[in-house]
Amino acid sequence: MIRFILIQNRAGKTRLAKWYMQFDDDEKQKLIEEVHAVVTVQDAKHTNFVKFRNFKIIYRRYAGLYFCICVDVNDNNLAYLEAIHNFVEVLNEYFHNVCELDLVFNFYKVYTVVDEMFLAGEIRETSPTKVLKQLLMLQSLE
Amino acid sequence: MSSHIQRMPAPIRLRELIRTIRTARTQAEEREMIQKECAAIRSSFREEDNTYRCRNVAKLLYMHMLGYPAHFGQLECLKLIASQKFTDKRIGYLGAMLLLDERQDVHLLMTNCIKNDLNHSTQYVQGLALCTLGCMGSSEMCRDLAGEVEKLLKTSNSYLRKKAALCAVHVIRKVPELMEMFLPATKNLLNEKNHGVLHTSVVLLTEMCERSPDMLAHFRKLVPQLVRILKNLIMSGYSPEHDVSGISDPFLQVRILRLLRILGRNDDDSSEAMNDILAQVATNTETSKNVGNAILYETVLTIMDIKSESGLRVLAINILGRFLLNNDKNIRYVALTSLLKTVQTDHNAVQRHRSTIVDCLKDLDVSIKRRAMELSFALVNGNNIRGMMKELLYFLDSCEPEFKADCASGIFLAAEKYAPSKRWHIDTIMRVLTTAGSYVRDDAVPNLIQLITNSVEMHAYTVQRLYKAILGDYSQQPLVQVAAWCIGEYGDLLVSGQCEEEEPIQVTEDEVLDILESVLISNMSTSVTRGYALTAIMKLSTRFTCTVNRIKKVVSIYGSSIDVELQQRAVEYNALFKKYDHMRSALLERMPVMEKVTTNGPTEIVQTNGETEPAPLETKPPPSGPQPTSQANDLLDLLGGNDITPVIPTAPTSKPASAGGELLDLLGDINLTGAPAAAPAPASVPQVAQPPFLLDGLSSQPLFNDITTGIPSITAYSKNGLKIEFTFERSNTNPSVTVITIQASNSTELDMTDFVFQAAVPKTFQLQLLSPSSSVVPAFNTGTITQVIKVLNPQKQQLRMRIKLTYNHKGSAMQDLAEVNNFPPQSWQ
Repeated sequence: MIRFILIQNRAGKTRLAKWYMQFDDDEKQKLIEEVHAVVTVQDAKHTNFVKFRNFKIIYRRYAGLYFCICVDVNDNNLAYLEAIHNFVEVLNEYFHNVCELDLVFNFYKVYTVVDEMFLAGEIRETSPTKVLKQLLMLQSLE
Repeated sequence: MSSHIQRMPAPIRLRELIRTIRTARTQAEEREMIQKECAAIRSSFREEDNTYRCRNVAKLLYMHMLGYPAHFGQLECLKLIASQKFTDKRIGYLGAMLLLDERQDVHLLMTNCIKNDLNHSTQYVQGLALCTLGCMGSSEMCRDLAGEVEKLLKTSNSYLRKKAALCAVHVIRKVPELMEMFLPATKNLLNEKNHGVLHTSVVLLTEMCERSPDMLAHFRKLVPQLVRILKNLIMSGYSPEHDVSGISDPFLQVRILRLLRILGRNDDDSSEAMNDILAQVATNTETSKNVGNAILYETVLTIMDIKSESGLRVLAINILGRFLLNNDKNIRYVALTSLLKTVQTDHNAVQRHRSTIVDCLKDLDVSIKRRAMELSFALVNGNNIRGMMKELLYFLDSCEPEFKADCASGIFLAAEKYAPSKRWHIDTIMRVLTTAGSYVRDDAVPNLIQLITNSVEMHAYTVQRLYKAILGDYSQQPLVQVAAWCIGEYGDLLVSGQCEEEEPIQVTEDEVLDILESVLISNMSTSVTRGYALTAIMKLSTRFTCTVNRIKKVVSIYGSSIDVELQQRAVEYNALFKKYDHMRSALLERMPVMEKVTTNGPTEIVQTNGETEPAPLETKPPPSGPQPTSQANDLLDLLGGNDITPVIPTAPTSKPASAGGELLDLLGDINLTGAPAAAPAPASVPQVAQPPFLLDGLSSQPLFNDITTGIPSITAYSKNGLKIEFTFERSNTNPSVTVITIQASNSTELDMTDFVFQAAVPKTFQLQLLSPSSSVVPAFNTGTITQVIKVLNPQKQQLRMRIKLTYNHKGSAMQDLAEVNNFPPQSWQ
């Protein structure tokens, strides 16, 4: 299962933090810092998987943002790599060529996207078209 | 303060706030802005303003994301949830998920709201509620609301069913007992056409099966249906909604494969039902993109886990082998991880990919290298040892320091198991010591020394190579320690230029001492290494002929060393030179072949060899008795009988009896404190705590004050004019100990010189022999030699003894053996 999802920029600022496990605020902060340290050290010649405490992190870098998913050790790395890409594609569609600022100013909408695609630490909906349809419906309610 | 309170201006919009904060140039500036805004928000909350609450909470959440405390907004979130407006609810639930968790009691207040919302008319509100419950619902909340979730699981609305299914997963995780409740709803889950629902249903089923063996058995009947669904997925054409790079719904495929894995584990029937589809997926999936590989990977994991037929397993391993050739390092990583798990069970199949695996040793990514290294060690066997070792040694040269220790240990282990020849073995060890000498683990040094000792014919070659190795550089401690020890032992071979395997080098005694002294002096040498060096120098005093004085000088210098260990050794060696010179040569004799000790493999290396069935590393049984040594231990030879053994302490790696029968080899069991001629390595020798009898000087001290009179003395031996009498004493303090004083007298007309008395007792006893009063038995009974024997008899068995006597008489050497059986009962009962 997914333990948490983080989107961070290179400087370490959190753009999204979704936790599927209980943590204190200080623990959360510590985790964020640790993830940042571990992930920014890696470069092109490393794999996209990093051992992290007794879990592992699957991450992918898009421009200046790191999308990190922390999963259990026996989960399928490659599948979650695809899940990250799927998620980013949805964001791209929804925000029309998404950039970091979009995520900053519309942070609550980003959470909605996450909640449409993941729930309770599992992947919920994988079809980008369906997710987008839902998101547009939700938007119309505002 | 003005008398009428001004209405506060409308709180700024979220966008404004964000923009403002982003203009801050320093952390302090940002903090200030935030504090100001927080104050404004706080007052706004106090005013109970409904219109702007949503906006304020949103701002608060943004600031929380930046890392600032926002707990004062928790209650406000609850109020938002209770509101009727969708936007309010949305922010409220988001706030709840971000700011609240189980540990605050406040969260329980949400339960009622969520309950109402779960029954709301709008599916989106219901969705919000489900989502929140699924993300952060506590056990109490789950218990209260499980019924609602279950209801929603059966609804026809697919949007809600998806969420309900995952919410149910969360409920089950929090409160496993509630699993039963969801069972009826699962009946029709797999009949869905909607992929999303199918996907989440599979997840729910997976969770239930993982948690409960009963559920697992119950759901096994779904295997055919799952197989059918998977088949449809693969065979069906292009489906735009769920397509990723040409593959239909890979996520669903992966999940189904995972569920199949759990269902097929340990179950023959299910496994058989899956065989075909697994083969189909394995062969038909497109591998050019990561997506396809993700599915293949999951397939491989499933094949390896269920009871698949061997053809399928080979197929799986071949897929992994293909992965290894892939350009994408992620895929290589994943392949190596899986191969590591299967190398035990499918060893031969993995062997086929050995060369690819070895190539991965040169990869750039650290985690790939590590796995490749572990896998390589697992694949080493007698057939490929030479080739593999070449690669591994090359790897050792060039790898990162964090690997070197593990790699070195692994190489030692592999070399020990499969070395094709002794020379190759020694060469390999030398190579490791010289390239990664400082990373070799400390406990490897005694193992290596023992190994070298056992390769008797290689001694000259070994010492020569070691000498050459440290000539240039003596900074690598383990290398220097092994080299020092060898030079100490085999220095004579070194200077005599006896090497057969290699071109012998010309070394003088002085040169050897030079290098040892430099080791002693060098700052880089640790205390342990210095100890080795000093001992080595000392040992050379009996092997070298011209430089004994130099050795004496060196030893005496260190008598005042600050290092206590060195000082003690030097002092005792000095004593050896001065007072006990007659014993020096025997004490410093060449070490005999040591017993094989269990090799410690400190790294967790997968141990297989592919030649026999894979078995865990077999530890050699600890030696059960004393070692038969190649250099004849006279007493052993003579005594032969199984139950009588010469006295040697039972510590396994302990001092072997010194060779040559001249000296009392029973001295070997008396621990010479500080004189490590008898100790292989200071680090590993268990300290046998025995008092230093030797250096206490002559014996015959009455050791026990309570002399129990009345034990009759016996004549143990009487022949050719030599008579030996035993007198006994028992200790009141330790009833297992018997002290025997022997008196040797000579009734002939000529003295017996160089008299040596030796004794041996059965295994259950322990014996200590103190030094004799002299070595001459004067003629005509004018004097005696006295000697004290202490016998430990914990099992109170009947005392028996075999004795051996050697002496010179009338110009010829005499030797005799006898058995003493007439011990009085009081001496041992």
